[in-house]
Amino acid sequence: MSHGNYSYTPTNALTKWLDARLPIVRFVDEHLMQFPTPKNLNYWYTFGGILAFMLVVQIISGVVLAMHYVPHETLAFDSVERIMRDVNYGWLLRYVHANGASMFFIAVYLHIFRAYYYGSYKAPREVLWILGIIIYLLMMATGFLGYTLPWGQMSFWGATVITNFFSAIPFVGESITQWLWGSFAVDNSTLQRFFSLHYLLPFVIAGVVVLHIWALHVPGNNNPLGIDVKGPADTVAFHPYYTTKDGFALVVFVLFFSLFVFFMPNMLGHTDNYVPANRLVTPAHIVPEWYYLPLYAVLRSVPDKLAGVLLMFGAIFVWALLPWLDTSKVRSNKFRPIYRQFYWILMAVILILGYLGAQTADDSNVVIPWTGVELPIGKLLLSQICTVYYFLHFFLITPAIGLWETPDPLPESISKAVLAKKSGSSAPAAAA
Amino acid sequence: MKLKALLAVVLSLATAGIASAEGASTTAAQHPEPQQWAWDGVFGKFDRQQLQRGYQVYKEVCAACHGMHLVSFRNLSQPGGPEFTEAQMKAIAASFKVPALNENGEVVERTGIPADRFPSPYPNEAAARAANNNAYPPDLSVIIKARHDGANYVHALITGYSDAPAGFQLLPGLNYNPYFEGHQIAMPAPLVSDGQVTWPEGNPPATKDQMAKDVVAFLTWAAEPKLEERKAMGVQVIIFLLVLSALLYLAYKRLWRDVDH
Amino acid sequence: MTLAHTVDNANVTRRDFLYVASAGMAAVGGALALWPFIDQMNPAADTLALKEVEFDLTPLVPGQIVTIEWQKKPVFVRRRTPEEIKAAEDTPLADLKDPQTDQSRVQKPEWLILVATCTHLGCVPSKEIKGDYGGWLCPCHGSHYDTSGRIRKGPAPKNLAVPPYEFLSDTKVLIGAEPKPAAHNAAEHG
Repeated sequence: MSHGNYSYTPTNALTKWLDARLPIVRFVDEHLMQFPTPKNLNYWYTFGGILAFMLVVQIISGVVLAMHYVPHETLAFDSVERIMRDVNYGWLLRYVHANGASMFFIAVYLHIFRAYYYGSYKAPREVLWILGIIIYLLMMATGFLGYTLPWGQMSFWGATVITNFFSAIPFVGESITQWLWGSFAVDNSTLQRFFSLHYLLPFVIAGVVVLHIWALHVPGNNNPLGIDVKGPADTVAFHPYYTTKDGFALVVFVLFFSLFVFFMPNMLGHTDNYVPANRLVTPAHIVPEWYYLPLYAVLRSVPDKLAGVLLMFGAIFVWALLPWLDTSKVRSNKFRPIYRQFYWILMAVILILGYLGAQTADDSNVVIPWTGVELPIGKLLLSQICTVYYFLHFFLITPAIGLWETPDPLPESISKAVLAKKSGSSAPAAAA
Repeated sequence: MKLKALLAVVLSLATAGIASAEGASTTAAQHPEPQQWAWDGVFGKFDRQQLQRGYQVYKEVCAACHGMHLVSFRNLSQPGGPEFTEAQMKAIAASFKVPALNENGEVVERTGIPADRFPSPYPNEAAARAANNNAYPPDLSVIIKARHDGANYVHALITGYSDAPAGFQLLPGLNYNPYFEGHQIAMPAPLVSDGQVTWPEGNPPATKDQMAKDVVAFLTWAAEPKLEERKAMGVQVIIFLLVLSALLYLAYKRLWRDVDH
Repeated sequence: MTLAHTVDNANVTRRDFLYVASAGMAAVGGALALWPFIDQMNPAADTLALKEVEFDLTPLVPGQIVTIEWQKKPVFVRRRTPEEIKAAEDTPLADLKDPQTDQSRVQKPEWLILVATCTHLGCVPSKEIKGDYGGWLCPCHGSHYDTSGRIRKGPAPKNLAVPPYEFLSDTKVLIGAEPKPAAHNAAEHG
């Protein structure tokens, strides 16, 4: 599709010469300028560009922070504080990097849930989808490794808890965790290898992002209607139409990002990470960063170590199976009146799991925040119900509804749907 | 859509839950009362006089047991802080003794210079514990950021000592303080009487509450010395981005006007 | 038709203004945002704060040279013998590659204080091998300095720099103190 009406003619001697040797101008022109893009993409589609920007921000700010940071257990904490106090603009660079991680995850979650809502994982985009999940996993690993580096209490105990996941593996678990630590517990050896890997992984992410965009540019973008592009009337050139729209959305996103960096830079962090690491005392209330909370609740919902860890990883890997678990022929939830409801229920369940992941590890009853109203249900039981529902959603609800549901009628083409909407007669079931 | 409303409710519950995730045992710390602070809000700034008074409280009351090893004397005269004059700052530096090596390699004390950091009262944690009934007075450099609701908490803690309620089992050597997790704290009340610190004419009376507020202000600055620079830059960045986003929005709308979409 | 044409022109102008203004503003914002990433490589505040070092002159005997550290650089403190002082003072300026009188390079003739960084490519001249002029010889590329630290032979273009310093007493010197008029030549060679 992307090659249908594509044309590029080098205009002068230099570009002709270059085009015959390294057609980089042709490549940029084809993939970043003329690339035909469905003309009905909404703002939820701007997060791809925002994510690319955030990756660059994190890599650049990370590279400069690494010029000042010292990965050693006796120096790491103070070196971060030296960045905050003495390095020129160090406070800015560090707050950008620390809050940037959260912004990156906000954008990636919106990007994933948008793709899920509009069925962007379905044929022929399964590989694109799986590459996305690999990027997400790499981001989780990078975020975790980076959180270790300031060597505060949360760094240390977060590293301890997460590396202990691997001790759940039968027979070889203990050896594997010692191998990961390079010691009998998390210590300086662990910190130094985590720093090395934290520096490495973003470049691996960048590599997989290239594959992800490659896989996107073979079939081209999906769109909110979930129907294929039928011809040139359905598309516009990526530049200037989507560069402008993405650019606007990016600036609004940076505005949101700036509010955190300049006015509440520590809100998304944990106060205990300003306490230097102490291997003799675990903080009273240990929680992971917000972006891991739903998974953390899944982990804690099972009283068995190995099962908890497997279930938690399963909760991520199940997304990779989605293209085959979803039996519906229709992509977009715009035309799936039943499945759409379950989409929002799943979102609610994930948020409840996130809430439960932030709670203390006791079996008291759930209390509704602010109101103080206590619900007659234990936190553990609620996380178990949510976890069971989570997996049911993928393994039972998704395949079953795909078979039983009668989707709303699909529009003939993107341009027809657009014109119908414009002329006032609402496009079929254009709700959400 | 009902589901969307439900989602909104759940979302707000989840975020509130993250923010207020606290333990709830019988000796859980009492929530500190929120105070008005000069540096609150988008345009908030430190009160120089308050920081200077707070420094005095730190030096005369806290520094006997608590270090502040991330702060240098030179910081006391830099912009956005207490802004002591260069001469005052040098005099403060010179009033401290810092450890150094002499020509023979022995540890000696020398007079502090602006580049030195505040010396810690104990050479190491073990020595600090030995001198304090096995409790460790934490370094105060980032204490405000290292405690939930730090400024209000520290203010409540140092003014919140009281007699233990009847029936409360207070261990020997510990003090009752409802704002401390477990209600038993090794640190004795640091501010015991009004006028404990004498500061120059023109300042408010040195009540216990005023001294507590001032030292909290000083410690907030110590934990976040670039706060004023950060907020000032933030205001400029936000204004710039608002204008840029407005321009980009108009450009985007103008460009797409000719496209059926 | 004329009217339609005019409207179209106005449209184009306004559209162009929007594009140029937003692209220009984005470019300016990007350029401003680059500065912190560049400036972070400049010396940090704690590094800059290490600007002064005090040195006790008592242990030095005439003829002795010691090397101390100031601003992460080596500094020579040399207690010159009367012969060395005389040799330095008697050298005609015409013989010098970088003409400076000895008086302009010292505050007290007995004490010669120099930044021990060869002005060629930054090695530390040897204080054991004093070279052809009794001062220093740089081991890297063979620059000879005299007893005033002035370049006499070899590839170095300038004399060894004099750091700003101040005598706190007869036996104490503060290196890195704010330059006084007597030590202004440090600026030239710093």
